[in-house]
Amino acid sequence: MAIIVVDVMLKPEILDPQGNAVGSALPRLGFTFAQSVRQGKRFEIEVEGEPTPAQLAEVEKAAEVLLSNPVIENYVVRVEK
Amino acid sequence: MRIGVITFPGTLDDRDAARAVNVGGAEAVALWHADADLKSVDAVILPGGFSYGDYLRCGAISRFAPVMKLVIEAAGKGMPVLGICNGFQVLCESHLLPGALTRNSDLHFLCRDQEIEITNNTTAWTSSFIKGEKIVIPLKNGEGSFQCDDQTLAKLEGEGRVIARYVGENPNGSRNLIAGITNERGNVVGLMPHPEHAIDTLTGPSAQGLGFFTSIVNAMVK
Repeated sequence: MAIIVVDVMLKPEILDPQGNAVGSALPRLGFTFAQSVRQGKRFEIEVEGEPTPAQLAEVEKAAEVLLSNPVIENYVVRVEK
Repeated sequence: MRIGVITFPGTLDDRDAARAVNVGGAEAVALWHADADLKSVDAVILPGGFSYGDYLRCGAISRFAPVMKLVIEAAGKGMPVLGICNGFQVLCESHLLPGALTRNSDLHFLCRDQEIEITNNTTAWTSSFIKGEKIVIPLKNGEGSFQCDDQTLAKLEGEGRVIARYVGENPNGSRNLIAGITNERGNVVGLMPHPEHAIDTLTGPSAQGLGFFTSIVNAMVK
């Protein structure tokens, strides 16, 4: 069994009010390390055995069509060992 | 004339939209998201609400409902389609309209009477208005901030495809105060605020929303 992970993030030029809210909450709690925060989504897709290139291509397609909105978001597909 | 009003699981404003259609002078026809038939309607409204619980992204799941396949086909052939609020989000996710609706810039769910200016009265849904006319109708959403890239924005503005703008302070961070847009052909319109809640002063802030529903009747009669 393997997990295919799809990370979806808003494009850099798209305003991320949720990330901004988290970014401004951190220093209030004494965490002063963050210059900025962006918030995204992570999908974990379980597949039987090692993912084949064909499977990964299918996941790429699904990420493009459903998991992300290419107008405002970028995605990265990877396999978690 | 018959105007379909689609109900997805989680749609809220289908009844008000149907009532507005009837008051506007057409016959409202209920369409269900799982329908594989548009029931010979002349136009379609995608009403507001939280279709499929807004899961994943607003409108992202609804886009793949069986009825939407037919709506996308019919819109491509010129059938008038109006998406209000969640309906606007569904139209963007369906790529019938450009851009996307994202979280309000201040993160608050807004529910208030909003003044908007009609900036294009040549579409099937806005012809009853005068260009530049200001109307007050309810605005109620959490993800109403219209976003698109600079190139798309320039195209929308250059082609006069912004059909309505917020008046006064930007309520949600929408680019260029955009409250509604249309496609190249002018048959598909998306609008964030809710004209269907403003067709009678008994329950709405005005009756000025009715213009969207009389526009379509006039457009079809012509």
